[in-house]
Amino acid sequence: MGMQRGHRARPLEWVAERFILMVSLSAILMVLLIFVFVVREAAPIFTGRMNSALIKETIPVEKMDSLSSRELRDYLELTPEQFAAMDRDTLRLMMEVKAEAMNELPEYIRDDKDARVNTTKWRYMLLPHRWTGYDSPEYIWQPVGQIHKYNILPLIIGSLKTTLIGLLFSVPLAVGAAIYVSQLARPRVREVVKPMIELLSAIPSVVIGFFGLLVMASVLQGIFGYETRLNAFVAGIALGFAVIPIVFSIAEDALTSVPRSYTQAALALGASRWQTAWQIVLPAALPGVFASVVLGFGRAIGETMIVLMICSASVVSWDIFDSARSITTTIAAEMAEAVQGGHHYRILFMLGTLLFVVTFVSNMIGGIVMNRLKSRLEGGKA
Amino acid sequence: MPEPLIQKIAVGSAAAAAAGSAGPLIEIENLSLHYGASRALKNIGLTMKEKLVTAFIGPSGCGKSTLLRCLNRMNDLIDGVRIEGEVKIGGCDIYGSDVDVIELRKRVGMVFQKSNPFPKSIYDNVAYGLRLQGVKRKSELDSIVEKSLRQAALWEEVKDRLHTSGLGLSGGQQQRLCIARAIAIQPEIILMDEPASALDPIATARIEELILELKKDFTIVIVTHNMQQAARVSDYTAFFYMGELIEFDRTASIFTNPRQKRTEDYVTGRFG
Amino acid sequence: MNGTASPAARKGFQAERFDFASFFFSGLTGLATLLILSILAVILINIAANGWSGLSWHFVSTIPKKDFFNPETTGVLPMIIGTTIRVFLMTIFVIPIGVITAVYLTEYASQKAPLTRIIRAAVNNLAAVPSIVFGLFGLGFFINFIGRNIDSLLNNPGPVWGQPALLWASLTLAVMTLPVVIVATEESLKAIPPGLREASLALGATKLETIVRIVLPQALPGIMTGGILAISRAAGEVAPILFTGVAYYMASLPHRLTDQFMDLGYHVFVLSTQSPNIEQTRPILYATVMVLLMLTFALNLVAILIRARMRKKLRALG
Repeated sequence: MGMQRGHRARPLEWVAERFILMVSLSAILMVLLIFVFVVREAAPIFTGRMNSALIKETIPVEKMDSLSSRELRDYLELTPEQFAAMDRDTLRLMMEVKAEAMNELPEYIRDDKDARVNTTKWRYMLLPHRWTGYDSPEYIWQPVGQIHKYNILPLIIGSLKTTLIGLLFSVPLAVGAAIYVSQLARPRVREVVKPMIELLSAIPSVVIGFFGLLVMASVLQGIFGYETRLNAFVAGIALGFAVIPIVFSIAEDALTSVPRSYTQAALALGASRWQTAWQIVLPAALPGVFASVVLGFGRAIGETMIVLMICSASVVSWDIFDSARSITTTIAAEMAEAVQGGHHYRILFMLGTLLFVVTFVSNMIGGIVMNRLKSRLEGGKA
Repeated sequence: MPEPLIQKIAVGSAAAAAAGSAGPLIEIENLSLHYGASRALKNIGLTMKEKLVTAFIGPSGCGKSTLLRCLNRMNDLIDGVRIEGEVKIGGCDIYGSDVDVIELRKRVGMVFQKSNPFPKSIYDNVAYGLRLQGVKRKSELDSIVEKSLRQAALWEEVKDRLHTSGLGLSGGQQQRLCIARAIAIQPEIILMDEPASALDPIATARIEELILELKKDFTIVIVTHNMQQAARVSDYTAFFYMGELIEFDRTASIFTNPRQKRTEDYVTGRFG
Repeated sequence: MNGTASPAARKGFQAERFDFASFFFSGLTGLATLLILSILAVILINIAANGWSGLSWHFVSTIPKKDFFNPETTGVLPMIIGTTIRVFLMTIFVIPIGVITAVYLTEYASQKAPLTRIIRAAVNNLAAVPSIVFGLFGLGFFINFIGRNIDSLLNNPGPVWGQPALLWASLTLAVMTLPVVIVATEESLKAIPPGLREASLALGATKLETIVRIVLPQALPGIMTGGILAISRAAGEVAPILFTGVAYYMASLPHRLTDQFMDLGYHVFVLSTQSPNIEQTRPILYATVMVLLMLTFALNLVAILIRARMRKKLRALG
């Protein structure tokens, strides 16, 4: 019979299917690679093997033999390849040089109690510390000078401050517009307004940053009369511009997916359009509005260029008219100065990991909420 | 019919042998189809003869379309479908492990409820199946396209605009184009899934005439919920109800002298 | 959803009272919409009004000397070229992978299978990764891992591949825009009537033949849209290329994959934040922003035109 050829008669089909499957796994692969390679560069921070102290315990050269090769390698801060390439005499010489270097540190450093502090330890990154020259324990991010101070709290505050301002500004506007466009506007108005709001997302963030820096900063200063022209407030508002299209489109999507039967039932009962929107549609779509805020949060906290261009001084202050330095800004501004493989470099990657995890989680939450909402509403329709 | 084509496409032995008398071509034995937890077809047994039109009738949801789609294994495309029992075409179990679905579908053509011409020209629509089989010579394509369109009674209407989009045709013309497309690769069997349900009475009448014409060359299985249509075009009729085959007989007997009460109720319009 | 007939609605039967709450809140949401639109308008008008005067043929066709802050002699040709090349390279990487993934998700994958859900979740998450993290990834993966390993394989004396370069920036952007292409392609694949696939399969076409001959040609406008969206997203992005390839200044145009490049968006950043005299550079800054926006919008426009033409072609078909 002509049709008895069997599947093996079509190797191309089989190969193509495997190939397509393989390629489609690339999205998963990329997420994994991003995580692995960002974490990999930050790994010594997480494992506690990074030491940024200026004065370290030196080991006398005589004790070289009592060290395991791993201990020796860590002590000399060598990579496995470098370590393998060196013979015993070179290693010995390096130990001597190291001990001498410690002795040659200038007096003022050797007298500084903080010179012995490994600032990449979690307690120095998260808790306040009374640094030499300060009267009380403080949170300081200052990766310059002799002793690099890596407290990340100012950066977290900076990120949260600008993000919250951005959300407070953009969410009411975007959700209001979403209600208007999806529920109240006439179809013809909707067809024009929707793509225009979405056009806002086509403006590159560097352009929004530029606009905030050159135009908005002065205008807002004129209105509110604060002192520092470039501050978290301006950055937050500009950030809001970038967040509006996201919150708008997700909220609008959620509101539109409320079945028409709901609204028509309400309208038939004599409710006005507004009452229907407020009492029927919005409550039904509320999880979606929540999701839009969560996803907007993820977008805002990950935004780099806008905040980088508008403000960047790291201060611990919740005052919105003070400057702020966000996590993203710090990475963007300092990576160029950081020595590859050094503690500053590793810390910046650690911040990247933090950012990745935060946006990953907020995206997960937003996605799950939105999915549940949609399946519930679609179930309700039937 | 031009002989070289038949040979080229390797028509099954059954079709070649049974040029004269009508022998069994499709044999369905004890066929059940499960969809998830539910059973859409229950122990169907049915034999359809060559060069005859068999109609499947019954109320919606009775499983007639599902059974039709078992005959060219289109149900394979749906997740969660499980099939038990046997379907033999020309003596060969089409659910056998060594059967190539692609070869099967070349021999069992199908026309769908909603006409679905490709967004290509009329010519390319008809030539699609031939090109899949590697026919490249223009003269050969030309002659088969013309012959198929003539057989589908569409040639006169479209011969001057073969290279315009098939989507520009009227509903009835589109459906005849789909028929031309299906017969261009010379299947033995043509399955028709309510081919006229979306058409107006005039277009429907043309499709019915066409079916009677096509019956000379092909074995046709048609699903319809229009009982007059079944009565007009088919030689045999099978009545299905709730996934079961209630009655199968010559069309004349089904409509004039049904043996089952439910069949009678249905054909006389008491339910359905 | 019962009990929703509010008292206010019932009162409506008694008198034709002016519904203040409805008027007020509808007005409020309308105002929010209007405010958003005016923000958009203000940004665009401000840039157009200030940027227009600075634009000249000389400006867009000049390769500037090191002192590009000088309004008299500066130009943005290398930045236009740099941005165009990195975006073009990116499309070469991202479109095939994105389209194939979308084909898998809509044509092959079983929609309930765990693997399908994981792929979709990954695509979603990829879309939400901050652009600066893509920059870190590009540095950590493409440059420090892939690039360095290529260098050591080729026994290069110094870093050739293991440093920021056009190739790495483009690849980083390709990873970033992958979800955009996947989502747009998937949408256009889903819009194709299932009847067409069935018709093709019923004629004895294999799945692959059906995809290549019927499905993909139909999806072409959607694929183009995906590509364009990816381009317009990537063209203005600066954060991902900061550590992976952009240069503050380059005397010559890039001509190898391993060259660094100048970039319009980055140039906007440099002019905004590092100018020695902001008043003096303001005109060229505005002009640069204008060029960047025009490039982004022009790319969009080209895409829209291609789409429109394709739709027409598919409809008329000759």
